[in-house]
Amino acid sequence: MRITVTVDGTKYSDDVEPRQLLVHYLRERLGKVGTVVGCDTSNCGACTVHLDGHSVKSCSVLAVQADGSEVTTIEGLARDGQLHPVQQAFHDNHALQCGFCTPGMIMQSIDLLADDPDPDETAVREGLEGNLCRCTGYQNIVRAVRDAAAKMSGGAGPEAERVGESQQVAGGGN
Amino acid sequence: MIPAAFDYVAPTTVDDAVRALSEAGEDAKVIAGGQSLLPVLRMRLAAPSKLIDLGRIPELRGVREDGDTLVIGAMTTHYEVQRDPLVREHALLLACATDTVADPQVRHRGTLGGSLAHADPAGDLLAPALALDAELVVSGMDGRRAVPATEFFTDFFETSLRPGEILCEIRLPKYTGWSAHYEKFNRVAQAWSIVAVAAAVRVENDTIAQARVGLTNMAATPVRATAVEQALIGQPATPEAITEAAQHAAEGTAPTTDGNADVEYRQHLARVLTSRAVTAALST
Ligand SMILES: Cc1cc2nc3c(=O)[nH]c(=O)nc-3n(C[C@H](O)[C@H](O)[C@H](O)COP(=O)(O)OP(=O)(O)OC[C@H]3O[C@@H](n4cnc5c(N)ncnc54)[C@H](O)[C@@H]3O)c2cc1C
Repeated sequence: MRITVTVDGTKYSDDVEPRQLLVHYLRERLGKVGTVVGCDTSNCGACTVHLDGHSVKSCSVLAVQADGSEVTTIEGLARDGQLHPVQQAFHDNHALQCGFCTPGMIMQSIDLLADDPDPDETAVREGLEGNLCRCTGYQNIVRAVRDAAAKMSGGAGPEAERVGESQQVAGGGN
Repeated sequence: MIPAAFDYVAPTTVDDAVRALSEAGEDAKVIAGGQSLLPVLRMRLAAPSKLIDLGRIPELRGVREDGDTLVIGAMTTHYEVQRDPLVREHALLLACATDTVADPQVRHRGTLGGSLAHADPAGDLLAPALALDAELVVSGMDGRRAVPATEFFTDFFETSLRPGEILCEIRLPKYTGWSAHYEKFNRVAQAWSIVAVAAAVRVENDTIAQARVGLTNMAATPVRATAVEQALIGQPATPEAITEAAQHAAEGTAPTTDGNADVEYRQHLARVLTSRAVTAALST
């Protein structure tokens, strides 16, 4: 079946099998290997991307269901070599150990900040409920999201995916 | 993991979906949010010949009022239900329960209709639907019919949907001004309910005038705790009265034993959680 999907700002038209999962389409057809497959059971959230502005687990969406939609992956966040503020905050706060959960954590954090630009610690933990870090590095992840919220107080969510030069992302960590 | 191959159609009207489903025969399945179905397909626990995607049918989506009734389209996502002002105003209990379902990503895709049609006894939206006297409108080749929630859930993962029928909308009488709470007991993030209690109450002059209590995962189907409701009505909204009424919570239930809890523990949970749910509802 032919689908047309805009991924990270580029429009793609491809023939796919109806059974192809969105995550496999992104990785194997488009080469967007920044989005990873973690558990393959819909639990871990490592494969989280944005579908029309909302986070989804791309292992639990068919590519054909994304026909006509806009997808943003972790690879679509940086602009002109400048990291998205949430990526930068993860870097600054050392919010990763092995790094496997990081793409999903960052995509879900951006979604969370779109709904709640200033989440307290509990709200961050609940907002990231669908993402598992098996290194259990949650402390720094929570810290990074709160740091990003402070730095992005100008606006988050879909807007933040179109980061402009003026965005303040510098900072020496905590 | 990759599902077995299947054909796929995405009709844009209910009529077309019903026709596609009936033409495709017994091996076909509808897909709503896919949050229960795709994991099953990936593990190849099922291999339907064809999927009929309800995701592109606008008439199945959204919340509206119809006189004294609140109407929620089957394809309305958990996320939309959580944020809908009409649901908060007229069916607070459903909003509270939806808040506890899974995680944000799953709530962006999963639907109210899909949860009810899936009929997992641990699913969090069945007990509220039952407690609030929902009516489920289903559509098939023979037309539409309305099924009361009391007749919809028939067994573990079984409903009274007939082959070829699609759940279209959920109709609820309005519970305007009622307080509500959904008390869910689970152990880890994004986990299903071991037991949960859905409670809605209406207080008049410090007295409980009306009460609805539904139990999650206390039988193969959701259970209405009518003995608790009867015991609450007419009582003052005090901790003693609530604890007393909650003692009836396990009456008429038939919970199972599994790795999380045995029968006795589930019955204990039903009583404790009922007390907590009603108390929390009364303080909203
Ligand atoms: C990690 C994870 C955690 C979860 N935790 C919870 C939880 O804590 N509590 C909870 O309640 N749920 C939980 N869920 C399930 C979630 O709520 C699903 O959204 C829901 O069970 C199914 O809805 P769906 O729209 O995704 O349906 P689908 O998966 O698309 O469909 C489920 C079944 O219902 C049928 N169906 C769907 N819609 C219709 C319709 N309109 N008419 C007829 N048949 C239909 C399908 O054919 C299929 O058999 C969880 C899911 C995941 C992946």
